Amino acid sequence: MFKCSMESLNSVFAKISANAELYIPADNCDGKAVYTKWAEGVELSNQLNTVKSPKDFFFPQVEDMMAFKVEGKNIELIDIRKAQEDFVVFGVRACDVKAFEVLDNVFLVDPVDSYYAERREHGIIISVACGRPSETCFCQTFGIDAANPGGDITVWYADGNAYWQSNTEKGEKLLASLGLESCDSAAVDAEKAKIANIMKKLPLAELKADAFGGGKTMELFNRPEWKALSESCLGCGTCTFVCPTCQCYDVKEFNTGKGVVRFRCWDSCMYSDFTKCAHGNPRLSQVERFRQRFMHKLVYYPENNNGLFGCVGCGRCLAKCPISMNIVKVMKTLGGNA
Amino acid sequence: MQKITRDVLVEKAVSLLENGTVANVLGWRKGEFDYDITPAVFTDKADIEANFVWNDFCGANFSKYLVQKTRKLEGKILVFLKPCDTYSFNQLLTEHRFDREKVYAVGVSCEGMVDIDKIKAIAGDGISKIVCGEMIEVSTVYSDEVIKIDAKDVLEGRCESCKSKKHVAYDELLGEEGDVIDSNRFDEVAKLEAMTPDERFAFWQEQLSKCIRCNACRDICPACTCENCVFNNPNSGVENKAAANSFEEKMFHIIRAFHVAGRCTDCGECSRVCPQNIPLHLLNRKFIKDMDSFYGEYQAGAEVGSRAPLVNYTTEDVEPCDVFEGGNE
Repeated sequence: MFKCSMESLNSVFAKISANAELYIPADNCDGKAVYTKWAEGVELSNQLNTVKSPKDFFFPQVEDMMAFKVEGKNIELIDIRKAQEDFVVFGVRACDVKAFEVLDNVFLVDPVDSYYAERREHGIIISVACGRPSETCFCQTFGIDAANPGGDITVWYADGNAYWQSNTEKGEKLLASLGLESCDSAAVDAEKAKIANIMKKLPLAELKADAFGGGKTMELFNRPEWKALSESCLGCGTCTFVCPTCQCYDVKEFNTGKGVVRFRCWDSCMYSDFTKCAHGNPRLSQVERFRQRFMHKLVYYPENNNGLFGCVGCGRCLAKCPISMNIVKVMKTLGGNA
Repeated sequence: MQKITRDVLVEKAVSLLENGTVANVLGWRKGEFDYDITPAVFTDKADIEANFVWNDFCGANFSKYLVQKTRKLEGKILVFLKPCDTYSFNQLLTEHRFDREKVYAVGVSCEGMVDIDKIKAIAGDGISKIVCGEMIEVSTVYSDEVIKIDAKDVLEGRCESCKSKKHVAYDELLGEEGDVIDSNRFDEVAKLEAMTPDERFAFWQEQLSKCIRCNACRDICPACTCENCVFNNPNSGVENKAAANSFEEKMFHIIRAFHVAGRCTDCGECSRVCPQNIPLHLLNRKFIKDMDSFYGEYQAGAEVGSRAPLVNYTTEDVEPCDVFEGGNE
C-alpha cells in the first residue's frame, strides 16, 4: 500500500496525465460533479458521485460505427474507428465499478463488441471508497462493498491522506510509476470499519433482493402491482440515461449528403418506440415498458448471468426520477420487505 | 411551510370519495424518504389516510395527468391544484385536451415548495428524516444534531419568483385565496438580454451541452401533449433520440420552446425535473416577456378560451421590422 497527502493529490494527477488522459469528478457550473479531463486548475469534487455514470467512457451516448460510400451498384464500407489511446478514470465508486462487470457480460461475450472492448482494454479505473454515502445508496443490497470498491487501483481517503492499492497488473504498473510513499494499512483498516458502520445506518440498509433473481419470471411478471407502480411514469428516459448499467442502444443511419454514416445511440425501454419493428411495438403500454426495465435488472439479467443483478444500487434513479418512482419502491412493493 | 394542513386535504378527499362525487383522487403519495413524493391515483380511504402527503415537497403539477387519466379512469377524478397548476389546467381546457365534466378540481393555497438539492447543499447527504415547518428540521446519519433551515431559504427557483397565489380554476377552494403577484420573474431574462450575443450563445451552449435527451422536460410539460412528438416520429424527418452534435443539442430545446410559445404558463416543471439542472424555463420566459412587450401582457391559462397573441391576428399587431431588434444590439 502507498500513500500521498490530500494536498499532493494534484501533483499525482499531473504525473498520471503526463502519460495518459486523466478524468476526475469535478464540479460544473451548477456545482454538480461531472467527469472532467484533468488539467492544471481542475479541482477534485467533494460530491459523493457524478450525475452521469462513468459508463459513458466505454459506452458513449452517441457513437459513429462505420461509413458507407455508394457509387452506382458498389457499396464501399469505410472503417472510421480511431485507435484508442490509454486513459485513466479516477474517483469511480464501488457501485459504478461493479456496473462495468454488468456491462462486460453484455459487450464482451461472443460476439464481442469491438468498440466497447477497445476502450475497456485501454481504460484504467481508479476507484475511491465511499466515506460519506447518501441515503439513496443501496449497493450493499447487491453484495457490493463500498469500502472495497475494486477497479485497477483502489484509493481510500483517511486522516488527510489518500491511500493507494493496486488490484490488477495494469493498476500495479501505473501505481509503481507514481513514486508514492509506501505505508502499512492501519489507517485504511480503520476507514473500512468506519464505512461499514455508516452503511449499517443508511435508511436502505435492510433492503433485500431475495425475492428477485433468475427463475422468478412467472412469479413476478403478472403481479397486479405493476399497474399502480407505473401509473404516473412519464415515459421519459431519465432513469435509463443516468443508470450505470442500462446498456440498450439503437442503431441508425444518417445521410451525410456524400454518403451514409451508421451510428448508435442510447435507447430507453421507457420510450414508446423502443425495439419498434416492422410489425409495430412489442410493448404497447407504459405498464409493460416500466415492467420490462425492472424485470430486466432484477430477473432476466441475473437469470442469464449466474445470478448477478443488473442493478448496483448507485441511487441515481432515486435522486433523478421526475416522479420519484424507482427500483427501491418496486422492490419493496413486489418483494414484500418494507 | 404550508398554511393548510394535510388533514384538511385528506378529509376533503375522503368525503368526496365517500359521498360519490368522485371515484378517484389524484394526489401526492408518500415516498421512501421524507421528500420523494410520487403522483398517484387513490381510490381507497385507508390508502389515503396512510399514504397521502401534503407538504413542502409537493411540487408536482397534476394538470397534465388529466389528459390521460380522464380517458382511462372510470368515474370522476378529484385533482388538487396549487395556484400555478390551475393555469396549466385552464390552458389544457383551452386546447380541449380533457373533459372538464370528468374532473372535480380542488384548489389548495400554496406557500411555495422547497428544493431538496438546496436542503442537501446545507445539511449534506445521508438524510434520515425531514420535518417540514417554517424551520425545516433535517436529520442525517452523520450527526445527532438536527439541522434547522428556514424554508424561505430553500424554495424552488420557480417559487422564489412566484407569479400568482391566485387560483384561476377550481370547483372548491381549500385555504385562503391569494393574488396575482407582481413578481420578479423576468429579472433572470433581463440578465440574459444584457449579455452580448456571444456571451448569450456561450451561456446556452454550456447549459444545453449538458442535455442527455431524456425528454423529461417535454414529458412533464403540460403544454407538450402531442400524441406523437415530431422528435419521436420516424416519419417526421427530425426524429432524434440523442444529440449527435451541439446543433442538435440546441435544436430540440429551441424547437420545443417555439412550439409552446403562447401556451406555456411558466409553471416551471421543465426546470424542476431536468436531471442536469438546465434552466429551461428561461427560454420560455424570454418568449413570454417578448410577447408581453410586443402584444401587451398576456398570461397563458389565466382564463379558458383566451386567444394567445401568436394565434390571434389583429391589425394592431407589431410589424416584423419592429420585432427584429429584440435581443440584438
